[in-house]
Amino acid sequence: MCGIAGIIHRDGAARIGDELTAMLNSMKHRGPDSTGYAIYGPADEMVIVRFVLAEPNDFTGFGMDEKLERNRAEVESRLAKIGAEVATIQNETGYAFRATIRYGGDLKPLADYLEDIPGCKVLSLGSSLEIIKDLGDAATVLEQYSLAGLTGTHAIGHVRMATESDVDLASAHPYWAYPFADVAVVHNGQLTNYHSWRRRLERMGHRFQSECDSEIIAVYLAQQLEDGLPLETAMKHSQDDFDGVYTYLVATGSELGIAKDEMAAKPLVLMETENLVAMASEEIAIRALVGTEVETRDPFEREVLTWQV
Amino acid sequence: MNTKSGVVYDARGLVEPDPEPPMTAVIDGDTAVIDATDLTTRKINLELKRIVYDEGVNDVTIVNPGSKHSLGVGILKRCRITFEGSPGWYACGLIDGPEVQINGRVGWALGENMMSGSIVVEGPAGSLTGAALRGGDIVVKGNVGARTGIDQKGGTIITLGKAGINTGFMMQRGRQIICGDANDGLGDSMYDGFIYVGGRIASLGVDCVPAEMDESDHEFINRKFEIHDLGTPPELQKFECGKVLHNYDALEPSERKLVL
Repeated sequence: MCGIAGIIHRDGAARIGDELTAMLNSMKHRGPDSTGYAIYGPADEMVIVRFVLAEPNDFTGFGMDEKLERNRAEVESRLAKIGAEVATIQNETGYAFRATIRYGGDLKPLADYLEDIPGCKVLSLGSSLEIIKDLGDAATVLEQYSLAGLTGTHAIGHVRMATESDVDLASAHPYWAYPFADVAVVHNGQLTNYHSWRRRLERMGHRFQSECDSEIIAVYLAQQLEDGLPLETAMKHSQDDFDGVYTYLVATGSELGIAKDEMAAKPLVLMETENLVAMASEEIAIRALVGTEVETRDPFEREVLTWQV
Repeated sequence: MNTKSGVVYDARGLVEPDPEPPMTAVIDGDTAVIDATDLTTRKINLELKRIVYDEGVNDVTIVNPGSKHSLGVGILKRCRITFEGSPGWYACGLIDGPEVQINGRVGWALGENMMSGSIVVEGPAGSLTGAALRGGDIVVKGNVGARTGIDQKGGTIITLGKAGINTGFMMQRGRQIICGDANDGLGDSMYDGFIYVGGRIASLGVDCVPAEMDESDHEFINRKFEIHDLGTPPELQKFECGKVLHNYDALEPSERKLVL
């Protein structure tokens, strides 16, 4: 059991960090192990890189501070070598970093080059997407990463109850569609044909950062977007291709979508008004956002919905 | 509540960490109002039980339920409970007797294992509505989600809107009346009972077959619509178990009782 949530502000950026935290915190009972956010701000000409240089569980290891310092210097060196001009680098937790860079090249060599540094994982790359995820509940992550007051137009988030893999950052959602800019997915459920799709995508040249089935949804959809398909079509294809039970949310720089499996085995409640769209595994999360009685509905089985931001 | 060695146990013998009801309800004769805004699920239910059992109030209104889960469960007494707003999941499970009115929507598994009484929902209800329902009536004026009436063992579920996939899955007894459309797998693997559908049926589940409506069906449906003031029922098609997968008529009554 995990909890997922999403918000779209149709009337411009809002304090989406606080809002998504309230939604995710209300679903803490669905998963206290890790919490993650994919927040979309206004598109920037800079590329935003969110990366970590260690797992939180490794951080207390002997000589870790020196190792992190060396690896951070290596990140800056490699960025320079590949032709990226670093504007800012902020260290948020000791092991998690946010960098803004000027870079006009292909993102895959950049991501591959950084991930080649021991312990380095690129959480997200893009002009508006920022993925922030860590162990613990939403209030913990909010404080750790100073998300209060963070603004954005849309966002998706996830609270995780670890059932099939470790409690670590690699298994925490959201998943970025490596190496496609600005595509992220959160997912509640299990894909039963994960291994065959992973091998298929790997044969196409994709690499994966985790052993989690949810990551292939992100890469699968991003590849179809890259091939020129509309998001809604790509999501409908995913319903034909993926077996199992799932409800997932996908976001890009300009769109947000939901898809449910044909058995409607995983919950989702949706609220849509003129200026605000909100969705979550449970209505209690929507109530945490809006506070009052609102009209909501449960999307039906095999339903796919997308919204332009 | 029992106290043994300083630990408080509830009626089932389970430890009750905080057994004190909040005492916040406003009682006026035979009616009471509980404002659930700042109360947890446990406190709301403790207050509801205090009002109904200890104070003997028969008409309780819960305002601002805030979609909290498991509200109004396990009330085993005839009374009237009104929710002004939307409860969350597992609302009014295991009740035996209350008449419940929900002026809002409701989450998954409404009235699970309900034994008698009625629940009327003015809006939609989530998946698993009336799961393992044993008796009483559930009326949903909006749509219901997937697997409504899964493992239903008795009682009646009336849906004025549409029903999701696998509605009536493994239904064992009782009736469902769906005025709108029914999605795929209607009545899949049902053992017994009847399902009536007014709208389009995407597909029937395994061993769910059409049946002829007779006078007793019309009498039953009209009576239920009249009781709940639902107007005139639409034209309905009837479905039942084809008795290919499960045929309990071949069992002795004692075996049948054991299975059901």
